[in-house]
Parts: sequence; structure tokens; C-alpha cells
Amino acid sequence: MIENRPILNMVSHAVLIFGVIIVALPIWITFVASTHDPVRMTQAPIPMLPGGYFWENFKQTLFGGGLSGTESAPVWRMLINSLMMALMISFGKIAISLLSAFAIVYFKFPFRMGFFWLIFITLMLPVEVRILPTFEVVADLGMLNSYWGLSIPLIASATATFMFRQVFLTIPDEMLESARIDGAGPLRFFWDILIPLSRTNIAALFVILFIYGWNQYLWPLLITTETDMTTIVMSIKQMLEAAEQSPQWNIIMMTALLAMIPPVFVVVAMQRLFVQGLTETDK
Amino acid sequence: MLKRVHFPTSLLPYLLVAPQVIITLVFFVWPASQAVYQSFLIEDAFGISTEFVWFENFTYLAGDEQYLGSFGRTIFFSVCVAVLSMSAALVLAGFADRIVRGATTYRTLLIWPYAVAPVLAGALWVFMFNPTLGIFPYILEFVGVDWNHYLNGSQAMALVVFAAAWKQIAYNFLFYLAAMQSIPRSLIEAAAIDGAGPIRRFWDHIFPLVSPTTFFLLVINAVYAFFDTFGIIHAVTQGGPANATTILVYKVYNDGFVGLDLGGSAAQSVILMVLVIAMTVVQFRYVERKVEY
Amino acid sequence: MTMKKMLLAGTAAFAVSASAAAAQTEISWWHAMGGTNGERVNKIAADFNASQSDYAVVPTYKGNYTETMTAAVAAFRAGEQPHLVQVFEVGTATMMAAKGAIYPIEQMMADAGEPFDGSDYLPAVVSYYQTPEGELLSMPFNSSTPVLWYNADALEAAGAAVPETWDDVKAAAQALVDNGMECGFSFGWQSWVMIENFSAWHNMEMGTKENGFAGFDTEFTFNNDKVAARLQDIADMQGDKLFVYGGRRGDSLPMFTNGECGMWMNSSAYYGSIKSQAKFNFGQTMLPLDTTLADAPQNSIIGGATLWALQGHESDEYKGLAKFMTYLSSAEVQAWWHQETGYVPITTAAGELSAEQGFYETNPGTDTAIKQLSLNTPTPSSRGLRFGNFVQIRDVINEEMEALWAGNISAAEALDNAAERGNALLRKFERTAK
Repeated sequence: MIENRPILNMVSHAVLIFGVIIVALPIWITFVASTHDPVRMTQAPIPMLPGGYFWENFKQTLFGGGLSGTESAPVWRMLINSLMMALMISFGKIAISLLSAFAIVYFKFPFRMGFFWLIFITLMLPVEVRILPTFEVVADLGMLNSYWGLSIPLIASATATFMFRQVFLTIPDEMLESARIDGAGPLRFFWDILIPLSRTNIAALFVILFIYGWNQYLWPLLITTETDMTTIVMSIKQMLEAAEQSPQWNIIMMTALLAMIPPVFVVVAMQRLFVQGLTETDK
Repeated sequence: MLKRVHFPTSLLPYLLVAPQVIITLVFFVWPASQAVYQSFLIEDAFGISTEFVWFENFTYLAGDEQYLGSFGRTIFFSVCVAVLSMSAALVLAGFADRIVRGATTYRTLLIWPYAVAPVLAGALWVFMFNPTLGIFPYILEFVGVDWNHYLNGSQAMALVVFAAAWKQIAYNFLFYLAAMQSIPRSLIEAAAIDGAGPIRRFWDHIFPLVSPTTFFLLVINAVYAFFDTFGIIHAVTQGGPANATTILVYKVYNDGFVGLDLGGSAAQSVILMVLVIAMTVVQFRYVERKVEY
Repeated sequence: MTMKKMLLAGTAAFAVSASAAAAQTEISWWHAMGGTNGERVNKIAADFNASQSDYAVVPTYKGNYTETMTAAVAAFRAGEQPHLVQVFEVGTATMMAAKGAIYPIEQMMADAGEPFDGSDYLPAVVSYYQTPEGELLSMPFNSSTPVLWYNADALEAAGAAVPETWDDVKAAAQALVDNGMECGFSFGWQSWVMIENFSAWHNMEMGTKENGFAGFDTEFTFNNDKVAARLQDIADMQGDKLFVYGGRRGDSLPMFTNGECGMWMNSSAYYGSIKSQAKFNFGQTMLPLDTTLADAPQNSIIGGATLWALQGHESDEYKGLAKFMTYLSSAEVQAWWHQETGYVPITTAAGELSAEQGFYETNPGTDTAIKQLSLNTPTPSSRGLRFGNFVQIRDVINEEMEALWAGNISAAEALDNAAERGNALLRKFERTAK
């Protein structure tokens, strides 16, 4: 560091620790709520220290069908559904985006710009605003209650294509020239040069898309009519609003905790690549 | 846009773009055009009786105080979320950039709310602020604040802003920290030799140097607040009380999904689509310029 | 790409395990009952399935009332609708207007050759869901009505009697607050309790054309001096904390069960929740009477939901559905459901059976809802409501009432605004329902 100012360093740590506490507080409260019995969670003020019901709630949530009586799939099943959905979205989107970005950047062909704009207009338009017509399409194709229906419509977005396009544009032209001198065809070039070079971006994108897929709420709510296909995130909101009953906070919070673990794990585990891939290209 | 050196024309590029183009056509262009068509209709919920009304849904919106009000609220909400989460992230990143050891640890501890689903974040915050049960109203009572976001629109707005900003701090922090760490040390050292103190250096040197990041984050945060906060509002306030937290995307959902007014909701979607495309073009031009220079 | 193949294989494996179903004729039933009530729904279906071998009713929880209804609407538009869907009472007009989509219950029973006698049912319950000619459109399932819940310990400590009139409520609230309580009374589902039921209870019309029963060209009349005076009085009570607003639906329940508020007006169906959470002696009594408006109460109207059959399935499946309806409305099932949940029984036989079993003696107050509903023969003003777009209109009423509680506008303004915006929605509905 430039100069050593112990007091400033202490202040820095103090501010950062304060920040961490603010960020972590909701999680602490979630955890505490998941360790009490349902009646305790309706008495004010709610506890700030863990109680003794963690394992009971854990067992009921994970294996006992979560909130009693919804006859919902057990939570482990929902976790698998969420995982499948998140993985299919991430892999599917990365695959089709890599291919189309490759075509748009490295080939000259009629309607190239037409295709580019066609893909491009989907950028960022959220599912919420076109959800009912999309639902009808999915139903017509017989994809309700399937992982395909859950994931494929959400793959239609340009963000990833756009990002790979940016990445490919920064790759020096000499790469292609030397590859062609070596006699490499387009697919060879794609597989041996482009993919390795965009490794960190793929990783960063994987994190973003995994979280995007995992956190979907409205779409799975509409598309799944069988309890076997429900995802974990949609189940939380449903738990909040049982008709003419008060929410069972202990189970809701335990489910929330379980729903948070996989995406948080992905972010934290892939943190290095994620940060690199994101910040190096500025998206 | 295109590489100077490229592969010769063949069938291959069409095959390469085909998957994405097909998915886009089937699951985006077609439904979006259906939404546009629906915006010209007045229809019952089940789609049994349909009347083509041209722009009536739009003119109705133009005269609807509730709708116009939600425009202003959306902008206010977005600005609050962006400013709050970005300034918190900037401060944290500024301090994290200073310390020699442990920056990565702090990063790990701060990063994860990014992974929490909006609906979940909403559920957590609504629980903490439940007027009767929540821990914060309990604390606030000691300082004389009577917290009831079911009644008080400003408190409800504050609550959704907190929840939305909380989730976004991590993302902003990552970008700010990376931007600060890429500033050459020599520059800061030179300023230090000139006698500039840490605060001074931050404002005069670091802050201007991260301004491209600030601009980029502003766009990202605005888009986030406009669209991705739907789950938060849905779980926390459901637009209430008295519409105090009904932002545009929530109104689309509420009118279409809850009220089953498909035409009116579709008209709002179309307006949103136009807005998004405009915002996208702005961002696109900015990103494009950065790549060129 | 191998990863993707693995995913595909995984998907296929799941698809197979998920579709392993029985050879019976399946009847799908989408419902909105979460929590313990959801368990009871499952029990009813399971018991029916066990009672015969031809049909299997498959209940599916589809989220809250609005989510369930929207899911059914979206599914219908895509040709994937369930046989039976639970729709809350405010969706009645929307469902009823969708003539090609719904299969009126009474007609379905007749087509399936299943006996049905309309006179078995409680008039106040079924009148909400009948055509003007008296044909039953949907099967009442979970019906409740607002009652006045009170904290008996707190009232006794404050020296106040259980209130019967609004003057009593005010006096009791004052006594409670004077005795150190944080709030006198509160209520939830405010449009339902304080406008819809307040009007019916005092035999006042809420909209023209017999509250919408006689035609879609109805207009709201709830923005009258009488309702406004009552609401303004309540709003003025906020200053001394005699009344505290605690949110829509049942959001204010913790205020009552935690002993903040001594009285709470909301659905009789909260019995189960209050029983498990309240640490004090509580009771329920009839809604208070506004003595300036009527000498005696008329009757209250119901809330909750009914089951609608949807068109587009095989006649054999409807036969099974009709059998299930008969099972569902049998005295034993209804009495059990009523006693377990706090919802009112839909047939007179079920009420009588409950009395025979001594339920009301061991659980005093649980018959309040039935008493309120059957106090008098329903009049055109107290039979129920049939307004289109009423889901949105209730939101409008909620919004305007919240503006009133927040002190932004007066009660008269709030009601005028709500009526004006509500009428616009009624006109919009009139155009689509022909």
C-alpha cells in the first residue's frame, strides 16, 4: 500500500465488516426462523437466536413434502427440477450463443445482419411481459410439464450471443490467419481456438445463467401443472399465501435456505472465473 | 461488426445460427407479435368473445392516472435502487481496495446475495419487517417509528427499495473492485507523494477513473430495477398500499395475470417493449464505442 | 455436448417415472388450498378414490386463488384444462360469462344421470352461485363469512361486554386501549368485510340490478352516505389507536393473535389458525349492527370458493366427476370438513349432523357463521354479488380504502373514487360478456 495508516486500515475493516453484517443479516434471520417450531414463529418478537427444531424442520421440509398438505413433491424433488432447469438453460444458451456468435463474426453470408438483429431484439425483454402468448406456444407444442418447456423458451435471449460476439471481436485476426495456414477448417478453428480462448467468459456466463434459471418464478408456475415438476423457488411464494391461514414461517424459511444453497454455492465456488470473465470484457 | 478476415460463404453459417434463430422465432417473435395483436383487442378471459378495437387500449392507458402514476414511481424506484446499491458498493469497494490482505475474503462474503432469487429476497425482507412479528419494527419502535408498510406507502416503497438494492450490492461491488484494482498503482502513488490524503485521492483520482464502470452499472441497475424486481414487489407489497409500489412491470402482471384484462395488459407490454428496445439501443451504442477505442 | 446428452437421458428417465399412472379414469382437480386445509383436500380425494374403483380424483395445488384461476384460464386457452377448478367467489361473474368454457354443475349432474336436489343446500350459500332461474352453476366447497373475533380475556380485563353494535365496538375499543392495549380492533379482507358484507348486513344494495344478478349493465351504489359515515368514523378512530389497519387479506392476523388488538373482523375460517396461535381465551360473535341503519341485521354473505367444471372432456369423465360431487356434498364429508376447517357446511343435513355430534356444544361460537348466513331469507341485496372484473375492482377498493386509512382522502372521496374506477371496469366487462 502507498502509506501505512493503521487507523484507516482499521476503519476499512470496520466498514467492510459492517457491510458483511448488513448483507448477512437476512440470512441469519432465515436460519434462526428455520430452527423454531411453527407457533413460536407467530409470537412477537421473533427470536434472534436459534432454537432446537432445526432437524425436525429439515426432515419435514426435505422429505415430508415441505409445507404440510400441499401434496407438493418433496423438496428434494423440487431441488432436482430446479437443477435440471438451471443446467439446461445454462448449457443450452451457451451452446446456441457460441454457435450463432461464431457465424456472425467469422462468416460473411447473405442476411447476416438480418439474423443479427433478429437475435438482438430479444435482448433483455423479460418473460413476464410476453408470458401468456409464450405459454400458448409451449402448450401447442405439447411441452407443458416437461423440462423442455421449462427451459427452452427461456433460452431465447440475446445477452449471451452478444457477449460472445464482443469476446470474438477482441481476438486478434492473426489467430485465424495462422489457423488457416495450418489448414484448419472453421469447425476446427472454433473448437480448438475460440472455445479455449473464451473459457473464462463461458464460466462467467454459466454462473449468470445458472442463477437466472434457478431463480425463475413465474414461468415454472404457469408451465407446470403436475406437482412432480414444481421448482423450489415457485414453491416458496405459494407457501406464503395459503388461503385463510397464516404462513408457517419455520418451514418457509427452511425451504428458502435450501433454495439458496445451490446458486450461492455456484457463485462462491466459481467466483474467480466469474469475476474475471465478467469484468475483463465489461460484459 | 465483421472480422476483416473471415471464412468463405457456405451453408455452414446458416446451420450455426439456425438453433438460435428458430428458438427466437418460435418462442420470442411469434409470442411477441401475438402480444402486439392482443393489444388491439378487448377480450374475455377465456378468449371466447373478442372485439377488435384498434388503439382503444392505448388511449385508455394514456388517460389512466394509475398507469401514468406508475411511470413516475418506476423511475423513482429505479433511481433509488441504483443510487443506494451503487453508492454502498462504491464505498465498500473503496475500502476493500485499500486493504492489503483479505480483499478476496470480503468479496466472498459480499458476493452471494447476487445468487438469491428475487422472490426469496422479498420473502426474507417481508418477514424481517412484518409490522407485528418482524425484528426491525420491534427495534424501530424504540426510536419512535411506527412501522406499518401495509398502510404507509413511503415505508412500503422504502422496503422494496432496500430489498432490491440489497440484492444488487454484490454485483456492483464486483465491478467497482475490479475497476479499482486495474488502476495503475503508480498513479495513486504519485498523488500520494503530492500530499493528497486518502479521501482526496479517492475523489480526485479513483472516482473519475472508474466512471466508465459507473455508467455501465447505471444502465445495468436501471434495467434490473425496471424488470427483475418483479419478484421482490410480488412477495413484499403486491403493489400496495394504494398502488404506492406498483411499478410498470408489476402492473402488466397484475392487470393481465390477476385481473385477466388481456388487452390492457398486452398494450402495456407493447409500451414496455418499445421502452426496452430504446434502452437497449442506448446501451448498445455505448458498448460499441468502448470496443472501438 | 456429452453433458447435454446426459441431461437428455436424465430427462427421459424422469418423464417415465412421472407418468406411471393407474388405469382408472383420472379426474384432475386444481385447487388453492395450501397448508393443513390442503391435507384435508387430499384426504377427501383419497377417500373418494378408495370408495370406488372406476375413477381417480387427482388434486393439484396451484397456488393462491388468483394463481389457480389464471392457470386454469391459460390452460383452457391452450386446451389443457382440468376437469374441476376451485375459483374464489369474486371470480364468479367471469366464470359465469364464459359460457363455452364452463359446464354448469346442475346440468352436468343431470346429463350424467346423477341425482341432485337443490333444496338440500343452504340458501345463503348456494344463492351466490345460482342463475336468476335458480340453476346451480358451481359447487360451493369452502365457504365462510366474516365474523367478529374477540379476545375474551382482554375484554374482561377492560370491563367491556362482547359488542353487538358499532357503538359497542367503539366503546369496547376505547376500554381496551384505556386498559393498555395497543389497538382496539382491526380487520382484514376489507372490501369483503367492510363494504360487501356491511351493505348486505344492513340490507343495502351495493350495486344496481340486484348487485349485478339481473344484468351486466350494473353500476355501483356503495358510495353512499351510510357506508361513508361508517368508514369515516373508523378512520377517525385511528388517532387514538381504537382502530389500526394491518394490511389486506389475513395479514393482520398476528396483531390479533399476539394480543395487540382485542377485536378482529375477518373470515370465520381463521378458526384453526387462531386456535393454534392465540395464547388467550377467544370467541366469535356476529358482526356488529349499525343501529342508525337498521333495527336488526339481514344476513351476511359468503366468501371462499366454489368448484367449477370445465368443458372439453369425455362424458365418462364427467360421470365420475358427478359421482365425486355427490360424495363431496354428502352430510358426512361436509360435516367433517366443516368441523375441521371452520368453513360452513353447504347442506342443511351437514349442519344438523354436526349439531347431533355435539360439535357446537364442545366448541361454542363455531355456529356463528351459519347463524349469520341463515338469519333471514336472502334479499336481492344480501344474496350475493355478481360483478364482472371483480378481482380488479376489489383491488381498486383496497387501494382507495388504504388511501383513506393513510389519511390522504376522506371516506366519501375514497368511495366515490372506488365507484368511479369500478364502474369503468364494469363497463369494460360488459363489452366482453355478451
